[in-house]
Amino acid sequence: MTGKLESGRKVVEGSYAVAHAAAMCRPDVISAYPITPQTHIVEDLSQFVADGVIDSKYINVESEFSALSALVGSSAAGARTYSATTSQGLALMHEVLFNAAGMRLPIVMTIVNRSMSAPINIWNDHQDSVAQRDTGWIQLYIEDAQELVDATVQAYMIAEDRDVSLPVMVCMDGFILSHVFEPVDLLDQEAVDKFLPRFTPVRALDPNNPESFGMFVDPEYYMEFRYLVEQAMDASRPKIEDAARKFESAFGRYYGGLIDTYETDDAEIILVAMGSLIGTLRDVVDDLRSKGVPVGLLKIRSFRPFPADEIKKVIADAKVVAVLDKNISLGTGEGAVTTEIKACMHNTDIRVPVLGFVVGLGGRDIPVTTVQRIVEKAQDVARRGTGAGASEFVDVKQDLISG
Amino acid sequence: MIPHAAIGDAGTTIANKTGSWRIFIPVYHAELCNGCGTCETFCPEGIVHKRVDGDTFTADYDYCKGCGICARECPKGAIEMILEEK
Repeated sequence: MTGKLESGRKVVEGSYAVAHAAAMCRPDVISAYPITPQTHIVEDLSQFVADGVIDSKYINVESEFSALSALVGSSAAGARTYSATTSQGLALMHEVLFNAAGMRLPIVMTIVNRSMSAPINIWNDHQDSVAQRDTGWIQLYIEDAQELVDATVQAYMIAEDRDVSLPVMVCMDGFILSHVFEPVDLLDQEAVDKFLPRFTPVRALDPNNPESFGMFVDPEYYMEFRYLVEQAMDASRPKIEDAARKFESAFGRYYGGLIDTYETDDAEIILVAMGSLIGTLRDVVDDLRSKGVPVGLLKIRSFRPFPADEIKKVIADAKVVAVLDKNISLGTGEGAVTTEIKACMHNTDIRVPVLGFVVGLGGRDIPVTTVQRIVEKAQDVARRGTGAGASEFVDVKQDLISG
Repeated sequence: MIPHAAIGDAGTTIANKTGSWRIFIPVYHAELCNGCGTCETFCPEGIVHKRVDGDTFTADYDYCKGCGICARECPKGAIEMILEEK
């Protein structure tokens, strides 16, 4: 295949849709190391480069640590950069994640969410990226293949905003989104060029004006730099909303900014989740609404920055909140989203019971019947106005662990 | 005012004289040195140089951290590590 990439509505694999969207953003440098279930994205991109349909520099590396390190250097030199990884690969990048954010480099990376070893497992949950929540990367969790395309472009707009200048993870559920074939509107190069401005770094490495990036900083200054990263995170909140709204104006599609809501206005029970599970939950809400159950759905699109104000507004008048976490913060007994939803109400007048449910670890299916049982438990708490106890592992096979 | 990230003038390692980190100091015995340059090649800091007045080598003590690699590698045993009194 030579010539330019086709645009318009096609039935493509989720991974191809992401690779195509990344290509349309004209990254100067791509560096990645293949790992299931991310592989198809970086294979497609390397094919684009080999075919000459995009003129990115593709740096082959021997590990994920090197992949992200290569992008740290490239981004500091003023290049627009892209990578993708998952699970153990993301864990191997851990140290470099802090550096990329601390150096304020607007790298965009797709995370194809997968469980963490041990035991080794290649299927989906959110443990890999949720475990990186304190690294200073913006994290967007995506619902379907079309949103992935659109959010990839938005990610560059957010990351490269000079008030933000932070790296962004666009998180998609492994296999569920990466290997699904769906009709997707593939973006047109001209339209993306018009939408997404060229990357102009705040500061860039330049041999004619040598500077040191990522310098040693002693106790006199360190806290201030960390404070600036938190301020940049805060500054990204309206930018995430803006990017989503600007995209809507240009392309006619919107999936929420920091959050999205569905049937929450008069909801007594509000379900909270991130990622592709939102699709299932929309169906459950439709079904239960048709039976008169006042249930609504809150999609957390941006987990970092955490949209506490937006969440509080949505849940303030509910009778109960049920959080479905595809991760477990071991030692707290619950997923990270549950903890943070609880925390965002602390020191306010909002008092809504929060039920935590750890679901779907390591690719365990989350059928509609499971969600219905979760809603029944939530209804029970809503009725009694009490009884929100500890978070629970949903659909655990007791016969495998006792007796 | 600090910049948005830890970015500063290049070459500040010249101003930061790391020689104060040293505990053992390498003493270069010119009379034993055959000028092979192994010490210069192995120095991780790049601060071993030829003496201005000859073909033998010595370290720049403003920056030598006293790691002792030059002494370990010298084929003539011409570099001696001595506990430095400050």
